[in-house]
Amino acid sequence: MNTDELADEMARDLTRTFPATPGELSRLHDQLAAAAERDGILDVAYRTIDSPVGSLLLAATEQGLIRVAYASEGHEAVLQALATRISPRILHAPGRLEAAARELGEYFAGHRRRFDLPLDLRLSAGFRRTVLSHLPEIGYGRTASYASVAQLAGHPKAVRAVGTACATNPLPVVVPCHRVVRSDGRMGGYLGGLDAKRTLLSLEAAA
Amino acid sequence: MTGKQPFEAVVAAHGATVLRVCRAVLGPADADDAWSEAFLAAMKAYPGLPADANVEAWLVTIAHRKAIDVTRAAARRAVPLAEIPGAGVAADDDGAGLDGDLAAALTSLPARQKQAVAYHYLAGLPYAEVAAILGGTADAARRAAADGIAKLRRSDPGARVRSKR
Repeated sequence: MNTDELADEMARDLTRTFPATPGELSRLHDQLAAAAERDGILDVAYRTIDSPVGSLLLAATEQGLIRVAYASEGHEAVLQALATRISPRILHAPGRLEAAARELGEYFAGHRRRFDLPLDLRLSAGFRRTVLSHLPEIGYGRTASYASVAQLAGHPKAVRAVGTACATNPLPVVVPCHRVVRSDGRMGGYLGGLDAKRTLLSLEAAA
Repeated sequence: MTGKQPFEAVVAAHGATVLRVCRAVLGPADADDAWSEAFLAAMKAYPGLPADANVEAWLVTIAHRKAIDVTRAAARRAVPLAEIPGAGVAADDDGAGLDGDLAAALTSLPARQKQAVAYHYLAGLPYAEVAAILGGTADAARRAAADGIAKLRRSDPGARVRSKR
């Protein structure tokens, strides 16, 4: 046996001697998340939930819910973007998302018509943010055209900008951009895909 | 712009290695505390870490300092117990649950040799990084690890047989 082989063997023996099981690491991770929350350094907490429109990523700062993301957006990519734009101090910490997960569960079960959650709208600025702030005025089970939302937002000619605001909505489902449709009655686009938009609109129509 | 990874990814990538290192250096009883304090301190400092830093070496460095703190705190707690005859026996049980012989042999090494072995062989850090953590030169770190390994081989019959092949 040469020196390298002996070194590799020693590394293997030591690794076997000092185990670190997934269960232990999961417990330590959860304790870390709790300590980080207590010390005010958990800048972004996240979790995922299952829903009729697929797995949804929920992320919250201390101010409130900052991001809801469809699986098609790539949850890893969304977390990386949050690390870059908000803070890299991000942990999987379901506790902070308890109310959001519960309200979304009630919504998908047809038992909730509006969300009562603190929101952090930092990821949206300017006219896009103005548009998003008006979307909750479109009632549950109803739809509005891009043109009428432009009017609501105080810029009747900014129809295309309303489309962009909806397409870049950081809080889909909770901020109801799925209720914005084309004036000819067709659905228009949706950041979560047309199937998701159809599912949400028929869920609201049926409830 | 890619930027720094979410801290969750840092815990996922390095949590196990740092826990093994803490266990090797401290024994199982205090390792969890050192791990928890190290990762909490690391998360606090993480936004200021240079993007090109060696994250594992940085984490082992923090864990090394926390392990020293934990050892000192344990020593302070242990003072009254030391006066009770036979109280030291409990310390020998620290190896329980681990692969007994090698764990016990490592525990009995002088601190510097134990640390050099753990940081180089368990964490896979090059001797230059080990030296940055322990102080001294890379050669001194290499010698400390070599002395430690030589003692481990003498105390572990399995390793002695293997090394004769």
